[in-house]
Order: sequence, then structure tokens, then C-alpha cells
Amino acid sequence: MKTISSNKKHRASNTAVYILLTALCILWLLPFVYLVLQAFRGESRSMVSYVIPKEWSLANFKILFTQTSFLRWYLNTFIIALFTSVIQTAFVLSVSYALSRIRFRGRRLLMNIILVLGMFPGFLSMIAVYFILKLIGFTGPGSVPGLILVYAGSSGMGYYVAKGFFDTIPRSLDEAARIDGAGRARVFFKIIMPMAKPIIIYTVMMAFIAPWGDYMFASLISFGYEEAYNVAVGLFTLLDREHINNYYTVFCAGGLLVALPVTVLFMMLQRYYVEGITGGAVKG
Amino acid sequence: MLNRDSLDFHKLNGLQKLLYKFLWFLLSVPAGMVSIIKKGVGGIVKFFKSVISVIKETVRTFVKGDIFTRISYFIMGFGQLFRGQALRGILFLGFQLVFILYMLFFGIEFISKLDNLGDVAAVTVINEYGLEVIEYRDNSLKILLYGTLTIFFCIGYIYTWFVNVRQNGKAQSLIEKGIRPKSARDDIRALADSQYYKTLLALPLTGILVFTVIPLFFMILVAFTNYDYTHLPPGKLFTWVGLANFKNLLGVQASDGKFAFTFGEILVWTLLWAFFATFTNYLFGILVALLINKKGIRFKKGFRTLLVITIAVPQFVSLLLISKMLADDGVINGVLRDLGIITQGIKWLTDPILARITVIAVNLWLGIPYTMLIATGILMNIPADLYESARIDGAGGIRRFTKITMPYMLFVTGPYLLTTFVGNINNFNVIYLLTGGAPKTTDFTGGAGYTDLLITWLYKLTLTDNDYKMAAVIGIMTFVVVAGISLVVYNLSSSVKNEENFQ
Repeated sequence: MKTISSNKKHRASNTAVYILLTALCILWLLPFVYLVLQAFRGESRSMVSYVIPKEWSLANFKILFTQTSFLRWYLNTFIIALFTSVIQTAFVLSVSYALSRIRFRGRRLLMNIILVLGMFPGFLSMIAVYFILKLIGFTGPGSVPGLILVYAGSSGMGYYVAKGFFDTIPRSLDEAARIDGAGRARVFFKIIMPMAKPIIIYTVMMAFIAPWGDYMFASLISFGYEEAYNVAVGLFTLLDREHINNYYTVFCAGGLLVALPVTVLFMMLQRYYVEGITGGAVKG
Repeated sequence: MLNRDSLDFHKLNGLQKLLYKFLWFLLSVPAGMVSIIKKGVGGIVKFFKSVISVIKETVRTFVKGDIFTRISYFIMGFGQLFRGQALRGILFLGFQLVFILYMLFFGIEFISKLDNLGDVAAVTVINEYGLEVIEYRDNSLKILLYGTLTIFFCIGYIYTWFVNVRQNGKAQSLIEKGIRPKSARDDIRALADSQYYKTLLALPLTGILVFTVIPLFFMILVAFTNYDYTHLPPGKLFTWVGLANFKNLLGVQASDGKFAFTFGEILVWTLLWAFFATFTNYLFGILVALLINKKGIRFKKGFRTLLVITIAVPQFVSLLLISKMLADDGVINGVLRDLGIITQGIKWLTDPILARITVIAVNLWLGIPYTMLIATGILMNIPADLYESARIDGAGGIRRFTKITMPYMLFVTGPYLLTTFVGNINNFNVIYLLTGGAPKTTDFTGGAGYTDLLITWLYKLTLTDNDYKMAAVIGIMTFVVVAGISLVVYNLSSSVKNEENFQ
């Protein structure tokens, strides 16, 4: 008797959990459902107070590609993301391996300096970086190389997650190889790198995705030059007071086109993302 | 006063224990502060001691040095060139030449103008066609910028010079002992092996120097000038004003103290926001993870994936969309009105208090999936027998949560919580894309509103007001806040672990 009643209780509480979880998932997905519905709405392009479109059309996408510089913004962001991910990955792996494996003079000092530098708000140094980049013509119209430098330049400071990963690879592996006569460089490329695939994928992925969502730095560096915007700054302008009544649904279409590839990429590499952030959180 | 390990302490009830813990925390603050100051002073003393020892060594090397070593004091790399270290010699000599040429043609001019950042901004002259044109002379911004770069170049040069002297001393004594100093081939081989860290770190550290250290140094200098929209180069000059900006910030000697008032209000809200944003996300994230992990629940992976999608979508898309959905005439108010739940639109983002609650709620929407992911992995590591024995002892679900789950999570993720807290202090995206700092108020200065954080205010001061001097001050104050909190937490928390233990 007792087992049956406790089973019943168990089932009832599980049902409650299912309902709760389903409600949560709906709440989390609602904005995206809304985004898709608005992107295909045909009857007007301003904000409306109902959800389901009265007329379906692809006009918003057509306007996006003909009346705005969306294609240009998309291309800018893609180029920035591509170069940033390559440089940032090289920097992060170098710094984290050196700090994890090699005990050299000033190592602790270097780690402390990077820690303190990280406590300044990034935007503060960015104001001065803007002036420096302006001197060499990498702001305004030349923002694309400028932004690559902005994102990748100090990326060595974000070594924590990758160092945490290298710390978990036994040091005896390095030592064995070095006794066999391999130099540090050889150990790094031939032994550690093949084992570091998850952390390489994680670093590339984070570096590639970040430029798609950055508004703060991109708006400062490309200030006032529409052709040089990234997708975030560009689409943001569509929601200006003078644009929003004609471009609200166009913004949704653009948002959809940005979110889709990034989401697909993310979902494909989700395993590495989860490994990266959980490892990083536990080791701090 | 009870001892932490004493039996009497363990006899106390929960509230008393908590009070004692808090008391210990307060008592340890002065000691912690003293140890921080001691460490700082110790560091400075150590630095000066090493400088003195380097200078002594330099003098000693000169006294004992042969002709090559002595000439190297004036022509860098001279000794190396004659001791079979041609590559090093050429690099040193080349660096010295570049430095001298740079100083002659640029450096000295900018350094000499650093004292007042320029005398004449622009003059009107008659050009060859007899027309009046404006000719720009001193540009304070360029003087400060190039001056900063030159200072760093000089420091680099002095350091290189000492390295050059030390190398000469070493090579000379090696030769006297009959040992051949390292050749270029040895050097290159070392860079791939014993000195490999230099190869690895060279470019990344250069990047950090150019894109973080020098800019920060420059911005700290700007905080002591009057660089704002009334002093914009090239038309106008700006100059040093000492601590005036900091006095303005703190309301000392200021005309109306409005800036100090705004700063105080925004600082309090920033800390409140960081606290609530961090801990609500943490708590609810763990709860959602527990729900999904619950025994007997199916589609675990499906639920998790659906929530994780929100992390993947770029924040500017989701946040801008939500901000429009929550607008006064937005779709949420529209639907609620159609359903007859409300008659007047709810001012989600335009009422000062409601807006602050809304941004924290939307941040929950953003942050829960993230915390859920992190918590899932850690929760699975909690030994199941802990729960089992608690259940046998009669502990209910809530008790198991507060006595086992939360302490374990807090212990493991302590450093993560600190990072998240600091990250939230500087959380630009959520605030700027959601409200833009609105609702605005005339009580505040610098275009600030009720939901503005220090970082979004800093952004506005720069981009819309061109008030660089106060932006720099705000940035420095943000650093002070973050550094203060981190120092206290690092020094007092028990979860500071020795990194060597992980290996």
C-alpha cells in the first residue's frame, strides 16, 4: 500500500515539474517566436499591438537588402569575426600554455598585473584606443581592421578558461617528452595541441560569436559611418525614432538572419561550450 | 569570544552561528586591510631595492669592464658584436638608432610640451592668395597621446640599456673563464625550448601593452585635465587641472554638486543591480537545474537545449526586441489589453521603480540558462549518499537544498560568483539595449537616467557629451569599486584555493 501511494505522490510531483518546465520553455521561446512572426509580417512595417500577422510576406527581407546596407554590415561582421577568432585563439592558447606549464621569473607578477588590468572597465581604455586608431585611419570608414585590433589586441588577458584546461593535463606528459629530447615548442605543437581540441574549439567559437553581438565598442569605433557598421550597430539604427515606424519588421528580419547562423553554429558546438564554461566556473 | 573550532560554537543554533560568522568577518577586516597595505608597501620596497642593486651592478660592471664593455655603455651592442654575438649586437644597435632618431624628430618636442599641453591652439594667417585661414598649431590631444607613447618608449629604452649592460658583464666574465658566450644559433634554439615562454608571450603581451596598458595610462592622465566639449582640439587647448575633476565628483568645491549627487545615485543603483542580478540568477538557475535533473523527468536534454538557445542568439537581437515588446505601446501591453487584464498600459520601462525591477527580471531571462548549464555539471558531482543519509535522517526537500545543495554550490563556485558580480557591474548590454538608461530625469546630470549603470553613464559621457575628463574619472572610480570588492572577497573568503593543488 505504502509504495503505491508514494508512487502516486511521485507521479503527481513529476507532473507538476513537467508543467513548470514546459511553461518555462514557452516563456523562454516566446520572444523568438514573436521575432519570426514579425519578420514575415506583410500588412505594415511599424510596431503593432497584436502578435499574429494578418498578411504574410517576404517584403521585409527585400527591403533589408535593397534599402539598407544590411549586406555590407553582415560582411563587415563576418570578416571581423573571422580574423578575430584566428588571432584571439593564437593569443589565448599561447598565454595560457605559457602560464600553465612554464615557471619563469615574473610569472606571478604578470598574472597579478593582468588581473588588476581586468578590473578597469574595458570601455575606459577603448576611448584612448579610439584616438590611437584614429591616427592611423582605423576608425570611421576604416573600422573593420580597427575593430579586429580592438577585439583581438588584448585578448591574451582572457586566458583563464584555457589555462584551467591546460592545468588538468598531467605535467608528466611534457616532462616525458622533454626527457626524450623534444623542445618546449615541439611539446606544445605535437603533444599538447592535439589533446587541446575541446578548448581550441571553445576559444574559436567564443571569439567568432562575440563580434556579432558587440554594440559598445563597434558603435564607438565606427561612429557616424554607416558603411562601416557591424550588424548590431546597423540594425540598432533601424529602431531610431525616425526609422522605427518604417523599419520595425525589417529589423526583425535582420535579427532573424543574424541569429539563425550563430544559433546553428552554437548548437552544433554546444558540447564544447558547456565543457568550457563549467570548467571555467569551477576553477575560477 | 568563541573559537571557530570550539565545541561551544557547534552547540549554537543557526542564527547565532551566522551572527558569529559575521562578527568574525568584521573583526578580520582591519587585519585584512593591514595585510594588503603591508603587501603593497613590501612590493614597493622590494622594487626600489632591486633598482638599487641593478644600479650597483651597472657601476661594478663598468669599473671591472674591458674596453668593449665600457663602449657598450654608450653604443649599445658594441660588446656583443665583438664577442661573437652578432645578432644580439645588431638588434641592440638598431634599437638604439631608432630610439635616438625618434627622440630627435618627435619625442623631445612632445615631451617638452607635456608640462602644459600646448600654448597656442590656432592662429589666423593670411595665405598666399591673401585669404584669411586658420592654421592649427598645438593639439593637446596629440601632445598627450604622443607624450604618453614617448614615455613608454623611454622606459623601454632604459630597460633595454640595463639588459645590454648586464649581458656585456656576463659575456666578459664567461670569456675570462674561457667559455664561449651564446651564439645566435644558441639564442634561437633557446627561444624554441628553455626560453619558449618568451616566444609565446611576445605578441600577446605587446597587444596588451598597446591596447590596454598605454590607453589606460593615457585615460588616467586625462582624468587630471579639463578635456571636454568646451576644450576640443584642434580648435581649443586643454590643460592640467590637478584634482579638480575628483573634487567635482565628490561634491567638494563644486558649483551645484549635481555631478556628485548623480554619481552617488548611480553608484548605489549599480551595486544594487549587480547584487540582485547576480544572486537572483544564481538561485533560480540552480532551481531550474534541479528541476531538470529531478529523478524520473524525461526529455532532460530537450528542456536544456530549448533554454540554451537563448544564450546562442546575439544579445542585441533579443534585448532590443524585448525592449520594444515592453514599450508603453508595445505588444505585451497590447495583448494584455486585448485580453482585458489591464485597461491602461503598464509602464514597464518608463516608470523609475518598475523599470529597475523589469531590467532585473529580463536579466533573469538572459542569465538563467547560463547558470543552469553551469549548475547542472556541478550538481551531478554532489555525492548521492549525502542526500540519501539526509533523507534517512528525515531532512525534507527544502532542508536538503539549504543544507547540502547550496553550501556545496557556494563552495565550488565562489570565484565564479565574484566574476559574475564584477561582470554585472560592467554589464553594458542589458541596460543600454533594454532601456538606454531611461527613464531620464532632470535631477541627474550628463544625460543619466534611473537605470543607468556607471558603465552606461561612462559611455554616454563619452559619445553624446564628449565629457572625456569626467568619463575618465568615472572609469577610475569603477575600477576602485571593483578592485575594493575583489580584494576584500579574495582576502577574506575561505574558498581561495592554491592553484598548484589542481595539478
